[in-house]
Formats: sequence, C-alpha cells, structure tokens
Amino acid sequence: MELVTENINIKENFLQDFKIFSETLGKRNHVAIRKEAIENFRKAGFPTLKNEEWKYTDISPVLKLSLQNFQTENKLLSEKNISEFSISGNDSILIVMENGKFNAALSVNKNIPEGLIIQNFSTANHPEFEKHFAKYATHKSDSFVALNTAFNSDGVFVYTEPGVIIERPIHILHISHSENSVSYPRNLIVTGKNSQLKITSSFHSLNSFEHNMVNCVNEIVTEENSQLEFYLIQEEENNCYHFNNTFAHQEKNSTFNICTITLGGSIVRNNLNIVLNDQNCTSHLYGLYLLNENQLVDNHTLVDHAMPNCYSNELYKGLIDGKAKGVFNGKIFVRKDAQKTNAYQSNKNILLSDDASMNTKPQLEIYADDVKCSHGATTGQLDEEALFYMRARGIGESDAKALLNFAFAGDVIQNIKIDALKNNLLKLLAHKLNSHIEFDLN
Amino acid sequence: MLSIKNLKASIEGRQILTGLNLDVKAGEIHAIMGPNGSGKSTLASVLAGRTEYEITEGEVLYNGKNLLELSPEERAREGIFLAFQYPIEIPGVSNATFLKTALNEIRKAKGLTPLDSKDFLVLMKEKMKLVEIEKSLTSRSVNEGFSGGEKKRNEIFQMAILEPTLAILDETDSGLDIDALRIVAKGVNALRSKDRSFVVITHYQRLLDYIVPDFVHVLYNGRIVKSGTKELALELEDKGYDWIKEEAEVQN
Repeated sequence: MELVTENINIKENFLQDFKIFSETLGKRNHVAIRKEAIENFRKAGFPTLKNEEWKYTDISPVLKLSLQNFQTENKLLSEKNISEFSISGNDSILIVMENGKFNAALSVNKNIPEGLIIQNFSTANHPEFEKHFAKYATHKSDSFVALNTAFNSDGVFVYTEPGVIIERPIHILHISHSENSVSYPRNLIVTGKNSQLKITSSFHSLNSFEHNMVNCVNEIVTEENSQLEFYLIQEEENNCYHFNNTFAHQEKNSTFNICTITLGGSIVRNNLNIVLNDQNCTSHLYGLYLLNENQLVDNHTLVDHAMPNCYSNELYKGLIDGKAKGVFNGKIFVRKDAQKTNAYQSNKNILLSDDASMNTKPQLEIYADDVKCSHGATTGQLDEEALFYMRARGIGESDAKALLNFAFAGDVIQNIKIDALKNNLLKLLAHKLNSHIEFDLN
Repeated sequence: MLSIKNLKASIEGRQILTGLNLDVKAGEIHAIMGPNGSGKSTLASVLAGRTEYEITEGEVLYNGKNLLELSPEERAREGIFLAFQYPIEIPGVSNATFLKTALNEIRKAKGLTPLDSKDFLVLMKEKMKLVEIEKSLTSRSVNEGFSGGEKKRNEIFQMAILEPTLAILDETDSGLDIDALRIVAKGVNALRSKDRSFVVITHYQRLLDYIVPDFVHVLYNGRIVKSGTKELALELEDKGYDWIKEEAEVQN
C-alpha cells in the first residue's frame, strides 16, 4: 500500500510540475502534443513490476527521489569539461546539450558541411522538422515517452539533404550536472534520400552531485536509400537514472545501424523500436552492457518487419559483475506481407560473480511463411578451458580473464564505424577491466 | 630436471595414475607410449596443473621445486610447456596478443625486460619460419578456425617463442598427415638443446622416426611397466601392446 501511495504522490508531483511548466510555453512549443502526452501519462502512471514490459525492472528507487522536472538555465560547462568527453574524435561536429538544453557557445557552428542541417528545437524551422516531429515516438503506450513529450526542453534536429554524404561524424554530447532533476533531451534525425551520416550520441554526468535523471527520446527517419550509423553511449556516474526511447523508421533500401553501449548509470532502460517500413531495408542492432555493483540495465528492442525482403541482425552482449542485473527483451515481428525476411537475434551474457543476474527473453512473432529467422540467448561463465590454456602459457588468472572479457565485449565495439570512437571505447573497456596487459587496440 | 616418484592421481574418484616413476635429465628426450586409457594424457594434464585431478600420493620435483604446489601459470613461468592434444580456440584474442602477453609474463618471472611490439614482431617472424606458419595465422584469433594441422603447428610455434626448459608434447602427432608431421618434428628438433628436455607422449611409433628419443617408456594401467631405448618403440610397432599387458599382469 505504501508503494502505491508513493507512486500516486510522485505522479501528482509530475502533473503539478507540468501545470507550472505549461504556462511558460509559447506558440512554437507544440503545446497541443504536450497536453495530449501529459494526459496519456495521467492515465498510465508509472509502470510497476506488474506490467509485463517492466517485469524485471523495478523503478521504485527513482520514484522515491524528489525530482524537479524543469530547470532554470544553469550553464556551468567549460571547454575543459567538453574535451574530457570528446570520445567521438576531434574532427566530430560537436553539439553540446547541457542538462538537456542546447549550449550554443560550446557547440560547433562553423564549417558545417554543405547539405547538413543542424538546428536546435527552439529555433528549428525546416519543413522536414515539422513533417516528422513527434510522429514516431508513441507517447500513448509509454509513460517515459509521454513525459519527454510533455516536458521536453530542447533538442537537436539533424537533417541530411538528398544525396549528401557527410564524412565527419556528428557528436551530440549530453552532459548532466544539475542535482535532483530530470532532463528531457530529444533528437530528431532525418537522413534524406541517398544520403549518409554517422552520429554519436553520448551521455555523461559530472560527479559531485546528487541524483539525476535523463529521459531522452530519439526519433530517426532514414529515407530511401540512405544510411545512418547511430551510436548511443551511456557513460554516466552510478547515481544517474537513464530512460532512453529510440524510434527508427526506415524507408526503402535504407540502412540503419545502431550500437548501444552502456557503461554507467544506476538504473538504465533502453527501448529501441525499429520499423522496416519498406522493401530492402537493412538494420544492425548491436548492444553492450558492462555492469557492476548494483546497476540495473534493461534493453528492450523491437524490430518490426512490415515489408518484404528486409534484413535485420541483432547482437547484444553483457558482462555482469557485482550484484548487477541485466535484462534483455528482444521482439521481432514479421508481418504477413514481410515475405523473404531475414531476421536474426543473439543475446550473450557472462556473469562474473555469483550475485550477478540476467533475465533474457526473445520474442518472435512471425506471420509470414517464407522467412529466415533465428534467435539465441546464452548466459554463462567464462570458458574454463580457454582460461586454463592461457594459464598454461604463463598468463596469470586475472589477466587471462581480462583478455577473454576484452575479446567478448570488443566483439560488439568492433562494429563501430567511427575509428576514434571505436578506439576510445576499446580503451575505456580495457580500463574497466582493470588490467595492465596490452590489448589489441585496433 | 624432472623427477616423478610414485605418483598417484585420480579424477572423479577413479584412479588413473597408480604409482608412476619417471626421471628426466636436462637435454633428454623421453617418449611415453601406451595403449588407450593407460593414463598418458592424465600425466600431461597433471604436469601442466589441471585442477580436475586429485593427487593422492607421490611427488613431482622440477629443478628441485615441488611442482604440484605451483599454479599452471607459475609452472609455465618456471619453463614448463604443454603442447595440447586438443588446442583450445579463443575467439577474439589474436595469436600475437596472446603470445606476447604470455612471453612477457615469462620474461618478467625470469627478471627480463618485456619485449615491445617491434622486437616481438621480429622474434615472431624468425620463429614462424621454423614451423612454416603463415603470417596471417598470427593475426587471427588463437586457433579459431585452424585446421587440425595448423593447431598442432601453432603449438610448436608457441613453444618456439616461449623457449621452455621442459616441453611435454601430448599426442602432437595425432591427426597429422606425413607432411605436417615432418614440419612439427623439424620444429621440435630445432629446439633440442642440452638444457631443454622433452617428454613426448604418443600412441604411435611413427613420430619417433622423426623425433628420436633417448628413452622409451610404456605406460600401462597408470604406471610405467617397461622402459628401454628407441628400439623398444620399434618392437611395440611390430608386436602391439598385448605382450606388454601380459607381462604386466604376470608381474602383478
């Protein structure tokens, strides 16, 4: 009973906050959508363990916090903070989001390649923005999407014009430092016909603050024959909570590759929804989570094969240590029309301690008859035979474990097509594995 | 160098080694032969430090040290090398990284400075010729997708890099065609020296045409029942193991 009361109280707080927040909104702020979203939240409330989609992910620690839903400007970041987090390489086109708000002073505004449009939401006026904004993120069924839609403070709109190939990666750098508050960043990324783009979206926090929550929504549209690489890196301190909802909508012959890497955060929930909405689409979904202490990381993915001749391949891997918990739920829908679908899914986990745990669940729903689908999930310990082999060659037990773990996790990172990011992540991985040995860093 | 006295070992309550004695001096090559199930591979595993085996009696001294007290990595750092009968595949760890890490751990234990990547590459190139190993094999993951012959050659390649004092070859000849066998033997022979000893475990005499042993021992029911020189191997090839079994039964 106590919990229920608490949930109601916190829900009321959020609704109350919206009331105050909505008075600050102007005409440009999609007020109608926001109101609709908060109504959806009012109806749904926060999910509990009774909800099938949240069965293993207890968010009650988040609901015990007293969180502020909107913030006054609080710009503290300097160039020095930024350089510390520039994991996507120095040639990246940098966009800094501070506590969910665009920081123009620290973002690159010169030498933007031709055909690449970058606007922040408060000034976005491109027709493609209005065409796609809030069209894919379904705030009806998910409370966090509803809250983001209602409270969203700022965001980045990225558009590549048809036929443009952008060599330099974009790095959307999210840094939170504001205490006991929620930030609601949102991105809309649209790759025009025949265009190509690579984006890193990384999340960090400055330590020496109390709790902090990020509720982020990404909407992604890959138009005909375009290619997008999207890398979501979560590297916050362990007093941060992160709820991430990514909705990708693919058009004919388009390629969308996403890699989600979770290295930090106390409770992290990632929902990734991909709709292959026309023929000959390709998607790769990679994921890696390195968990320790009391972390809880939940990846829910949905690949919706709506049309024929598409290919999707999913590989999520986890190294789980301490008392950490991992959750993976991978849905694949193959609709009636989606003949000749190839859809593959694999989730592999290594538990590094007796107290670590993993809940994994593949869900395939196939309504077409001429398809190739497979799924597999393994959760186990390190390969004892491989460990012995290494030790028999003189490599100490902890180094041997580090080499095996590095290989296991590196397998995901190797798929990243931004070299600087790949190498920085491999270095971070080596550092996390806490070994003095020299790994293959390329 | 190696002195095994009355060694008894069991696995899952089953006694495999039943009082094995063996003395290996520096520079010697000892062949250990015997029918299937006689305990040959158990001996190799026990010497390399596999923990599944329980030592119930006896001792193993290696250069005066109690070998059974050392971990597998300590044994390797002391100069013991086991060429595995079934080398393990390690996806994602390149042969070069694996070997460089191993070599530098062994060098560290010897008080030598670690080799940097450049020096290691030079060493690797030199040793690659010895076992006719392709350069591409060194950048690939350890043993992953290697053919049976490549795996065995890779074991000898590792041995050439790590330069052990005591090498134990566990059925290195099994599954090799005659050409691969020659290459493996050539590698072993090139590493023969007055300071380095070999224990060659094999089921067939064939390997001993190429790696000529100083002594041949026959292992049966967990202990050595007959010892001789290389002529004993030829006799076994000729007459099989039955007469050895009969002799052993009579002795009992």
